[in-house]
Amino acid sequence: MTLTRQDIIDFLYTEAELLDEWKLNEWAALFTEDGTYIIPPIGDPDASPLTSIFYVDDDRKRLQDRAERLLKKEAHVEYPHSTTVQNYHNIRVSNLESESITVKCNFTTHRTKREVVDTFVGKQVFELVHVNNQLSIKNKKVILALDSLRPHGKISLIL
Amino acid sequence: MEIIRDNIEKSEFLVHRSVFADKEILARERAEIFNKCWLFIGHETEVPEKGDYRRKKVGGRNLLLVHGQDDVIRALYNTCPHRGALVCRENEGNARAFRCFYHAWSFKNDGELVGMPGKDGFPKDFNADGTKNMKAVNRFESYRGFMFVNFDEDAISLDEYLGNAKEYIDLVADQSESGLETLGGIQEYSVRANWKLIAENSVDLYHGMPTHKTYFDIKQSQDADLKRVKLEGKGVQLDNGHGVMEYVAPWGRPIAQWTPIWDDNLKKDMEEIKEGLVERFGEERADRIANYNRNILIFPNLVINDIMAITARTFYPTSPGYMEVQGYSFAPKGEPDAHRKARNTNFLEFLGPGGFATPDDNEALELCQEAYNNNTEVQWNDISKGMSREGGALATDELQMRSFWRQYNAVLQESYNKEVALK
Repeated sequence: MTLTRQDIIDFLYTEAELLDEWKLNEWAALFTEDGTYIIPPIGDPDASPLTSIFYVDDDRKRLQDRAERLLKKEAHVEYPHSTTVQNYHNIRVSNLESESITVKCNFTTHRTKREVVDTFVGKQVFELVHVNNQLSIKNKKVILALDSLRPHGKISLIL
Repeated sequence: MEIIRDNIEKSEFLVHRSVFADKEILARERAEIFNKCWLFIGHETEVPEKGDYRRKKVGGRNLLLVHGQDDVIRALYNTCPHRGALVCRENEGNARAFRCFYHAWSFKNDGELVGMPGKDGFPKDFNADGTKNMKAVNRFESYRGFMFVNFDEDAISLDEYLGNAKEYIDLVADQSESGLETLGGIQEYSVRANWKLIAENSVDLYHGMPTHKTYFDIKQSQDADLKRVKLEGKGVQLDNGHGVMEYVAPWGRPIAQWTPIWDDNLKKDMEEIKEGLVERFGEERADRIANYNRNILIFPNLVINDIMAITARTFYPTSPGYMEVQGYSFAPKGEPDAHRKARNTNFLEFLGPGGFATPDDNEALELCQEAYNNNTEVQWNDISKGMSREGGALATDELQMRSFWRQYNAVLQESYNKEVALK
């Protein structure tokens, strides 16, 4: 079956919804067995993880660890869970016909906890694969469009 | 003003909570601490070539760390001597000259004024005394590549200031024969809490297990025999308010402490690094360098943590309840890719705003700050752990924090006493 642009958009919205609903194991399950999740340094999206220190550079194992950690009561920064609203906009889909689909979008994530709202903005680039009629994430890259992590102070969430 | 209660007889050490919330105290800290102590500005490998520069916020100032054509590294005040505008607006780069866009005055990268439009409006000997050059911070000194500034012209030398903390900085720097370098992507973040709370937290092993249980859960899942190395060591009070804890820990160190999640090649490499260290320094010192961790607190606001990776952080208050943090990552120059990968993987598992531990520290500090709105009725923090212990403090004690607070108290009390004498 050929995918449509709407299929891709629905997939992204589902991914965002899983994060907002704290269904983090289900979120991790969207990734391929070699899936990765990365957040490069601010202002240097093409940096090498060997010469620069990233915010997040997760392989499949670590993104699973990240999801499971955040569901524990001892992940103090997210206990009680913060409330989030993840929005994707300006979605651009390319090579829809191929097995590997690139999707770029802008994002806005609002996080509220203890009566403070922090807003993360930027772009995301997804490499999706379409195998056996199923979409999966091979890579999710979050490029922050901020000057610094102030006043947020942390990326305790999955963006 | 009673800031601490240091009761040796009772083995009780208290800190008055007003120091975390009071605006008048912050003003005094700016005058007596940030204007007079040696403050970390960066590492020499951040500006390795002539012309390299980076903007730095240090002690509330806008500085420009720049490697001049004359091969001297300076900290220039990033303000135009003409009317004050910020001269350099890029965060980092390489330039022979800087030009203020407001009236187009331009300066060589050593700060000297070399051009301005409308010269006919100024006398011929304008700037003969150099007052129209971009001003440099006069006191600029470095130790093992770590560069510091001091805004007090009469301050003691950096060497004297660091005192016996140098021994511990040496243990970090000696890891690599070719020296350490900073990685790209200095992490600029913040904590909604008083700056002194991160100073305490960075030399606090007592909080390790309860605050970072989820990190140790993950380590346990990677290494079933994790508990063969306990989290234990000693806490030390150093000169001038500095402190350190030195301890063994179960995590891998990409300098000769292998961990089962690393492959056999890395195991062999780690053994070779260790042999090299033994040759250079002997068995005992090599063991300290390779297998011991150290969290060093240089008063007032530099932390060098040589743990599962090497990080340094500085932190400045913008208000009593908010600080700006700069997080650095260090590694041996020319480290093989596989070692660097292991190091950075280690770093990100624990450290930084996206790590599995640092955000929980951040949360702990913010919860302290939030609850200091009870200060009127609940006035004192307890920092007594280990005071009654005989035979030296453990790393999980709080001696290294008491070192900070004793110096902090001495500096502020001196300032209060001067005021009383003047009245």
